[in-house]
Amino acid sequence: MTALLEMRHITKTFPGVKALDDVSLAVAEGEIHAICGENGAGKSTLMKVLSGVYPAGSYDGEIVYAGETVHFTGIRDSEERGIIIIHQELALVPLLTIAENIFLGNERASRGVIDWPETFRQTEGLLAKVGLRETPGTRVESLGVGKQQLVEIAKALSKNVRLLILDEPTAALSESDSQALLDLLLELKAQGVTSIIISHKLNEVRRVADSVTVIRDGATISTLDAREGGLTEDRIVRDMVGRDMAHRYPARQRRAGDTVFDLRNWSVWHPEHADRQMIRDLSMTVRAGEVVGIAGLMGSGRTELAMSIFGRSYGRRISGEVRMHGRPVDVSTVDRAISAGLAYVTEDRKTLGLILEDTIRRNTVLANLGAVSQRGVIEEGRETEVAEGYRRMLNIRTPSVFQKVVNLSGGNQQKVVLAKWLFTEPDLLILDEPTRGIDVGAKYEIYSIINDLSAAGKAVILISSEMPELLGMCDCIHVMNEGRFVGELAAEAASQEAIMSMIVRE
Amino acid sequence: MDLEQTSGHPQGIGIGAYVARHIREYGLLFALIAIMLFFQVVTGGVLLKPVNITNLFLQNSYIIIMALGMLLVIVGGHIDLSVGSVMGFIGALAAVMIVSWGLPVIVAVAICLVTGMAIGGIQGYFVAYWKIPSFIVTLAGMLVFRGLSLWLLAGQSIGPFPRSFQALSTGFIPDLFGLGRPNALALAVGVVAVLLILWMGLRGRARNARYGIEDEPWGLFLLRNAIVAAALLFVTWKLAWFRGLPNVLLSMVVLTVIYVFVTERTTLGRRVYAVGGNAKAAKLSGIRTERLTFLTFVNMGLLAALAGLVFAARLNTATPKAGFAVELDVIAAVFIGGASMAGGSGKIVGAVVGAFIMGVMNNGMSILGIGIDYQQVIKGLVLLAAVFFDVYNKNKEA
Repeated sequence: MTALLEMRHITKTFPGVKALDDVSLAVAEGEIHAICGENGAGKSTLMKVLSGVYPAGSYDGEIVYAGETVHFTGIRDSEERGIIIIHQELALVPLLTIAENIFLGNERASRGVIDWPETFRQTEGLLAKVGLRETPGTRVESLGVGKQQLVEIAKALSKNVRLLILDEPTAALSESDSQALLDLLLELKAQGVTSIIISHKLNEVRRVADSVTVIRDGATISTLDAREGGLTEDRIVRDMVGRDMAHRYPARQRRAGDTVFDLRNWSVWHPEHADRQMIRDLSMTVRAGEVVGIAGLMGSGRTELAMSIFGRSYGRRISGEVRMHGRPVDVSTVDRAISAGLAYVTEDRKTLGLILEDTIRRNTVLANLGAVSQRGVIEEGRETEVAEGYRRMLNIRTPSVFQKVVNLSGGNQQKVVLAKWLFTEPDLLILDEPTRGIDVGAKYEIYSIINDLSAAGKAVILISSEMPELLGMCDCIHVMNEGRFVGELAAEAASQEAIMSMIVRE
Repeated sequence: MDLEQTSGHPQGIGIGAYVARHIREYGLLFALIAIMLFFQVVTGGVLLKPVNITNLFLQNSYIIIMALGMLLVIVGGHIDLSVGSVMGFIGALAAVMIVSWGLPVIVAVAICLVTGMAIGGIQGYFVAYWKIPSFIVTLAGMLVFRGLSLWLLAGQSIGPFPRSFQALSTGFIPDLFGLGRPNALALAVGVVAVLLILWMGLRGRARNARYGIEDEPWGLFLLRNAIVAAALLFVTWKLAWFRGLPNVLLSMVVLTVIYVFVTERTTLGRRVYAVGGNAKAAKLSGIRTERLTFLTFVNMGLLAALAGLVFAARLNTATPKAGFAVELDVIAAVFIGGASMAGGSGKIVGAVVGAFIMGVMNNGMSILGIGIDYQQVIKGLVLLAAVFFDVYNKNKEA
């Protein structure tokens, strides 16, 4: 079989990080090729290199497509050659109709005047191909995620796709929608369309893929043949997680005290889709000095759980009970949750955690202004002392606390967020992806801070997509999927393989 | 070439570099002085005559009063287009109550202020709790209250007001020392104000030094304060030779001081900036963002009502045209003063200086007999230039 696409020795460097290090990928004509890897392994970066989002010249290496070396400088270039990517976050305009979305930017028109009968006729043909029974005039917002996915694929077909790339296509789909989508992929394959599918769900990979490439830490680990059915999920998992887990985590003493946080029968519904339950009757406890991890894929409900507990910042029809130190507490607004002793370090520090244009000092005291003021008047001296204290304690690298946080590096910004929440003197700290996007050295410092906190008797919940981090930091790990815990592992018993199997087999 | 050489010097930051970094603040002050000098020359000295300085304050007081509230609204990430109409409506309401119904002045004033707060509250309710864009809510308010003041006045002007009401605006503080001319109280106030500003400036420097905050170089500090002091003494000296301190000047100064304090020193002010800077982060930090937005609109309504009373008192009549298009002057003043359209930044002092820049231009061009047509064009260009200057500097930084 001839190769439709060959990416040879691709290396892509961002300031301070090597995202891809000599990655090679070969996709044969007419096959379905799966790419597997942990979050942050470099899968999306590789696809952005391929589609020209990172233009030729910004990376090293060579791309050979349909027999010739190509230099794409933008998405338009790669689309012209029939390479179409469908991202995890769908790129449809909700208020436009199916037909309008499919031909957006590619309108059936002459001299700027749209030929609607032709548009509708072609749309009907495409919808029949992908097996979507809707009229072309239906607004996209009225469709479910599964059907929207099909519209995306119809849109790709309208552009004469030759190589279809799907990034986590079934992550947000129900079981039956996922099956339908996979069937469609097989059917397209029969019609000669080559596909690349990025997926965490190994059972799906095994079902449709002809070959699998595993990427870890920006490097190709293996390319496996999946056709003969001899490929096991365990084999893929082993390549995905690797073996080296050297001393990336500071040693911690495990010493759990009394129960601090006790969550009972917590249920949360989606804020817009009233029939979607995001958290299902979930219970958990965290003891003083304990670090409890929550593993799971994006969309499994981890952030939704944290935010719904923290002042009902997410969701509707929230029910259940929160107890702190054995007493029921009111967490119905953020300020009440804070006074109950909760703190939540958000996943996205730039849009949810910090006021970027403000100084370190102002950000540090923001959640506890009462402690640096008297009768509503801020005592600037005390405010500065507080900020200085945390700057030294957390080793925030900055000329002064009067710097704007926008000028700090990711790791130092995260320390400012931590400082803000430590200053509220919480009993329970919920950390949502606390080391996302920060370099290795700063990660180690954040881990040390977490250990110090738990040594000081704080209860900590650590939400993370990086399994080594959970294994290195937590006393026990809950595995979350579709709004409930599907497994719990004690630190000693846990392994990446065990967690990954629980996630991917669900 | 020069710039490259100075920035190459290794030791502490020079005056030039410091000014370059804080170009916006100094630029604003410099612009006000330049505009005043310009009009002083081209009007042949009329601009800074005692009677005209007094007029400057009387004419612009209502803009400055509303700019204080508008700054908070804009810092909070919103806008209020209704203030001109609300101001006119309150003036009309006062006229009906005092002139037509004969209510006591004090009662009518109290009702007017409460009405203003209620109007702000209604608009704030829709903006804060229903998340309707403030542009739309206050555009509706602008139409509604313009209509209501026409209805209240039945298309006529109502006046005159009793003396006690006029004193709100055109009254003067009696000279406690009884010299007459020059007015000793005015002079004393000027001197005390200068000493106070100097003392506070020095205290701030001492505090900055204690925490190792980089401060204005000494030379610049002295120069800036010398200019401010000279201007203050000059103005009070001139006022002293006319009729002394206008009541409205006093209320303006007191209000400005209060709002500077609230915005810079209180938790309330800090929270407004936080909400404007990043509403989601503020909310997740336990700040009740909706209530705060609501309160900034209540406050705006109160100040618009006060401005309406001051304006009616100065004209000594309530007219259906009062407050027409004034919201644009107020908003322009706040943006000239350096506030950001995106919210989260801007200073009270900036807004006041911005209002003065607009005021001096209005006054100067009127003295010159420049038609209202050209005046509008020039004011528009100044607004655009000021904001362009902001954006230009920000881009250069990045």
